[in-house]
Amino acid sequence: MNIPRHQTVLFVLLLIASIAMGVVLWQLRERAHQRVLDGQDSAPTQAPAVAAAEEATLLVANDNDGSMLNQVHSLPLPQDPGARARAVLGKLLDIYAAPGATHPVPGGASAILQVFLLPIPATAQPGKTSEKPATATNTVAVPLTNGDTPVPADAQAAPEPTTPLLAVVNLTGSFANNHPSGLETETLTVLSLCGTLHANLPRVTQVRFLVDGQSRATLAGHADLSRTYLTSDAVASQP
Amino acid sequence: MRIQSPEVSLLRATFESRLKNRPRRVLGCFTALVLATLAVTGSIAVAQAPPAPQAPQSRFTVVLDAAHGGDDTGGHFKNGQLEKSLTLAFTTKLRSLLAARGINVVTTRDSDATVDDNHRIEVANHAQALACLSLHAAESGSGVHLFASSLSPAPTAHLYPWKTAQAVWVTRSLALTGDLNSALQHASVAVTLGRTALPTLDSMACPAVAIEISPERIPESATIKSAVDDPGYQTRVAEAIAAALLVWRSEAHQP
Repeated sequence: MNIPRHQTVLFVLLLIASIAMGVVLWQLRERAHQRVLDGQDSAPTQAPAVAAAEEATLLVANDNDGSMLNQVHSLPLPQDPGARARAVLGKLLDIYAAPGATHPVPGGASAILQVFLLPIPATAQPGKTSEKPATATNTVAVPLTNGDTPVPADAQAAPEPTTPLLAVVNLTGSFANNHPSGLETETLTVLSLCGTLHANLPRVTQVRFLVDGQSRATLAGHADLSRTYLTSDAVASQP
Repeated sequence: MRIQSPEVSLLRATFESRLKNRPRRVLGCFTALVLATLAVTGSIAVAQAPPAPQAPQSRFTVVLDAAHGGDDTGGHFKNGQLEKSLTLAFTTKLRSLLAARGINVVTTRDSDATVDDNHRIEVANHAQALACLSLHAAESGSGVHLFASSLSPAPTAHLYPWKTAQAVWVTRSLALTGDLNSALQHASVAVTLGRTALPTLDSMACPAVAIEISPERIPESATIKSAVDDPGYQTRVAEAIAAALLVWRSEAHQP
């Protein structure tokens, strides 16, 4: 049986088109895979293991009696203050995310996106609610080296070593969205984060919170995240 | 002096018609005069008397703020209940108890409606209440959590910053917290005290306390003894709060 010429030509053309489409699809898949890999947060969520293990004091909350108790843990801590702050807060949230936690909060260390440490201007009034919430873009975070802290862009001189610091803690949206709702549980989370920061970085006297880089009214419907917290409040809350 | 009052004339005419002789008429006129004077002065006294002084209890106003509502559901409980429903039910129960004790109650919401925080604060601040209670419910923790504002005390001023008005009242709020704590402990309810940064609480210009009701748990095992929606538990807590407010009322009216 003879196949007509036009059918042979059509078959060849369709075969070539199929092969070409397969090649294009394969390339598109590779590109999409590469985009996914590029979009992942490659920042370390744990303190580097090469750092020397040091003792860190964590204020661990307990929902049953509303208390916060000091617990000393040995963990590798980087020298960089911002990374150090992130490491101790990450350890605290790992404890909260563990089964049987006294203050169960899902999320763990990956809930802390960044911690910025900023010198507090002399005119700052602690305890007052700022009308203009701070955002990550208000200041310029300078890479930290050997105990230096980020400075505002218009600062002329490096801050004094004793200058009190404002810590800006940037949390993930999933952490805030999945946080248990309640006045006590949200307050304990905020105060234990503030107290843990102060216990390990005594120069940190004020703390502000961002969620995904933006100001947010409350953590999970109760605790105010739009204000600046004093670490002395957290210390005073300890029994 | 001739008395022209129609009441006096009527009385005198009545007595005159019944008296035949003059001495009796004189006596009758005198009696009528005395009676009329008593009647007239008595009626005037009643009309001009100032309204009975209101008992101090009737001026004692308490604001009950049932947290959340409408689109703002608050916390989600494992049994499917929502915080907004529990706070509204508890507010209704507490309002009845307080009204039965002669306390004037103002609520920020009476139904499942979305209420803006600023509206809640406006209601509370316009009520000029001697106690403002923000009512919450949670599944975590144990017993009742009492929170006063974490703002530092500030001196009295004519104008208060909206977001930190509670700073002027925080000392009295702590005193109110103490009364609530005593009453709840007397009712064998576990109490946790704390300070918090709650936007509605921080803006209230009255002695204000946030009350969060959590399940009652057995201390050793943390097993739930009474759930938040347990009617008996709710009544016990509400009665303790009402008792504390009666104590607070007596303290508030002391010179």
